[in-house]
This record gives sequence, structure tokens and C-alpha cells, in this order.
Amino acid sequence: MTTLVIAEHDNASLKGATLNTVSAAAQVGGDVHVLVAGANAAAVAQAASQVAGVAKVLHADSPALAEQLAENVAAQVLAVASGYSHIFFPATVHGKNVAPRVAAKLDVGQLSDISKVISADTFERPIYAGNAIATVQCTQSQKVATVRTTGFDPAAATGGSAAVESVAAVADSGKSAFVSKEIAKNDRPELTAAKIIVSGGRALGSSEKFNEVLTPLADKLGAALGASRAAVDAGYAPNDWQVGQTGKIVAPQLYVACGISGAIQHLAGMKDSKVIVAINKDEEAPIFSVADYGLVADLFVAVPDLISMI
Amino acid sequence: MKAIVAVKRVIDFNVKPRVRSDGTGVDLNNVKMSMNPFDEIAVEEAVRLKEKGVVTEIVAVSCGVTQCQETLRTAMAIGADRAILVETDAELQPLAVAKLLKALVDKERPQLVILGRQAIDDDCNQTGQMLAALADLPQATFASKVEVADGKATVTREVDGGLETLSLTLPAIVTTDLRLNEPRYVTLPNIMKAKKKPLETVKPDALGVDVAPRIKTLKVIEPPRRGAGVKVADVATLVTKLKTEAKVI
Repeated sequence: MTTLVIAEHDNASLKGATLNTVSAAAQVGGDVHVLVAGANAAAVAQAASQVAGVAKVLHADSPALAEQLAENVAAQVLAVASGYSHIFFPATVHGKNVAPRVAAKLDVGQLSDISKVISADTFERPIYAGNAIATVQCTQSQKVATVRTTGFDPAAATGGSAAVESVAAVADSGKSAFVSKEIAKNDRPELTAAKIIVSGGRALGSSEKFNEVLTPLADKLGAALGASRAAVDAGYAPNDWQVGQTGKIVAPQLYVACGISGAIQHLAGMKDSKVIVAINKDEEAPIFSVADYGLVADLFVAVPDLISMI
Repeated sequence: MKAIVAVKRVIDFNVKPRVRSDGTGVDLNNVKMSMNPFDEIAVEEAVRLKEKGVVTEIVAVSCGVTQCQETLRTAMAIGADRAILVETDAELQPLAVAKLLKALVDKERPQLVILGRQAIDDDCNQTGQMLAALADLPQATFASKVEVADGKATVTREVDGGLETLSLTLPAIVTTDLRLNEPRYVTLPNIMKAKKKPLETVKPDALGVDVAPRIKTLKVIEPPRRGAGVKVADVATLVTKLKTEAKVI
């Protein structure tokens, strides 16, 4: 029994999500291999070989894989899939984009967002926006899954010494082409890895206010910034800050929700946080039902006060 | 150019799902059911493409129980021209639905298939991608903008760090994300017109698809409840508690 973990990376470095996925693979039992499919990604393959618990790294390198086009990455996975009992992807946008293509071509069902490994063929996963947890069993010969990274501690990034094996890269499918991207660069911790998150809702009222009020708090706490769907829809925050059922799933040590009402779909993304603080002037806001500490107050007064008192 | 839109009948997104105490699943008795919100966005996008003159015919498809006809009538009220119900009482998982859709894609030969990114009940996020693989077509998931011209679809996607734009040759599969569009309100005259639009029913057997589930659900439970929280009187108390009690700052 061997699991192939499909690495999440940007051709320069290995992303943390890969480490959580390696942990999940280790819990299945058997060996863990990692596939790095990218362009000029030797450094990523090197990093993968040092992850504790990884027995082998497969490295496929080609311009066709540079931007993680699903048609090409899926074909690459399929080219090496034979012999693996489990094929795990982190449940990131890339992982969710590619995994089902692999599963369908292998003619197997796919497990989405597994949050716990019960045994080699039985897993837990959230359904209905996390309002229910299903225990599911897959007895197919190959199990393809995306892994909810908040369900697993990351494997250590060092301590491993796996061999890196070059594998032939697949050709471009010719059916899709990368045109452009707008990826935000900032010095904040990545939302899914941050220990503290400060998150804002539509009550902030504008993108200027969102930044003016919340950035100093995030700076003071060394936190990442998150947002509700309503705030993103209104243009107060970029889409990659959205926390929720279809945004980022986070489980930080501390989640501070400012002016967020707490719709079911938002809770789905943050209710596994260790400590939840809610600041909202509506005492009936559903967010208070999950908050460990709730403050009924005007956030425009409370947040500046909070910054000065921390 | 023909477009197919796939729509799923699911629990209404405003309803809080209740888990049955016998562990068999979520209770759907007498619960309000609606079109999956992402599928509404898919239908709306197809209708906008038709209004722009890009798409000439929209076929709405749903797979499941007889009541899915209501969901299809809603799709036609938004603006789909005709509908196909693949009728079955069997439990349908994404691989089976993708195979059913593939059979219809082979028959109908659309240039574009638009689906919601995920259903809000199973949260699988697989069907569109699986259909693309089975049909050997390119895909653009989590679309926040779609433009079609000269045999290509240019799609902007919401990705983990921001936005990415891809160009796909047609035929192509697109799955919708929240910000692609805001679906229109369905007007009463359009609801009445939808009742007269053609709705064809077909069985999975007739499409040559075995829909048997591949993954078994052993039990469904509520997630562990968080302990009850407290309301704090002021910011000073909050800071004290976070430092001394919760020890997170």
C-alpha cells in the first residue's frame, strides 16, 4: 500500500499544504511518495525529499506544467498513478481542480475534503457546509482524495532524505492556455497557515475602512487578514481573503470576527478555530453562537480600543 | 452555439440542516428544496451569453427524482429553452452524474457546458471536472468571468492567491463561483412561459450508464459542539481573558 501525494508548490518552494497532506498519507499506513509536477521546480523536489516520512519523490518538469493547468497535471498524475493505492491532493484550489479529472479517468469515485483518516479505506468528511460529518468508506482499488489541511498537523519539513527520481513530463494538451494572473504579494502570514486571523464583514462599509480599521489590529497581532463573502462581494477585500464554505477553511489559534454576522456558510470556514472572538453591534448575530468571547459593540470604537489595550 | 447547464435540486441554502439522530443522514422531510445556488449562477451566465448573441440554445439538465422537474422549470423560467431530466431514485454520486452528462454531451454536442462549482449538500466539487475528463475537454473551474469569442472561452478564475485567466478551446467545461454574476429574479410571466417549454425525461439505462455509487456512507453525525461562550462587557475584559484565560495573545 503506497500513497502518492501531489505536491502544492509555485515552482520555487513547497507549500505548507503539502506537509499536512503528507501527514494524512502517513496515517493511511504504507509508504508515502510525493509527485512534484512543475517547471524549473528542482528546488521544490529537493524540499519534498527532505519532508519527514516521504520515501520517494517523483519530479516531472516541463513548461506545460508551469501554471498547473488541470489537463496537463492530471495527465502527469495518471502517467505515474499505476501501483498507488491512494492518491492524495491538498484541498487547495489546485488540488480540487485536478483530483476529479484523475479520479474520472481512473473510473473511481473521489473523496473530497477528508478531515480524518479512520483506516486505509474509511475517512471522515464534512458535508452540508460542515453541519454534518459523514464517515465514508471507499473499497475501490485506487482511492483518490483531496485532503482538508486543517484536519492534519503538518509533517516536519526536515528530517527526511528521500531519493528524487525524474519522470518523463507529459505533453501539453493543447486545449487550454494560461493567459495571466493577479496574485497578491504581501508580508502577512498565509491565511491557511496563520496562527491568528483578523476577519472583517460588510459592516466595515468600504475597502478604505476595511484596511484602515483592521490592518493595524492584524499588524499588532501578527495576524493574517480574512473576510466574509459579503465583504468580498462588496469589493472591500480581495477574493482570496474570503473565509467560508467556498473560500478558505481555517483553524487558527485565534479568529477575531469584526462586523461579521456569522452566516452558516461563513461558519463552515472557521468554526474549528481554537478561540473565536466576535465583535458585532447586533447581539442577535449568529456569530455569537460560536464565539468563545463575544463583545456587543460598535467595531469602529472597539477595534481601535482593542489595539491600544493589547 | 448550444450550451448545456447542469442543475441540482438541493436543500435551500437558508435552511439549517438537521442531522437525524439515527446516524443515517440529514433530515430532508418537509424541508425547502431549491436549485443549488452555484447552478443558478450557471443558468444566469448561459442566459447572459444568449442575450449577447453568443449562445443560441440553452438546454438545462438535472439528474434525480421526479421533483427535479421543478428545478428544471425554474431554469427555464430564468431563460433556458428546454430541459432534460435523467430520472432515477438511486443515490447519485458525482462520477455517475458526470457519466450521465457525458452521454448527453455526446448526443447534444454543445460548445459549452456550465455547472456550479459544488453542490451545497455533498460539497464534493467534482462533477464539472469529471465530465471534462470523461469528454476529454478543457475545464475552467471557479469562474468569476467568462467571455466567449472565436471558438475560445476566456475565463478568469478565483484561485488561492487571487485571480488567474485561462483561454480554452471550445467545446469546454466551466464551473461557476459566487462572483460570476448575480442571478435575476424570476418573473411571473417567465414562470408561466416555462411551464410550456419542452421537458424530456430519460432513464440512466437508456443512456447506457451504471449509476451505482462507488463510496458508501457509513454514518452521518453532528460535528462536536463548541462549548458555550461568554459575552464580555468591554474591550478591557476581552483583552484580559485573551491573555490570561485563553492565552492566545
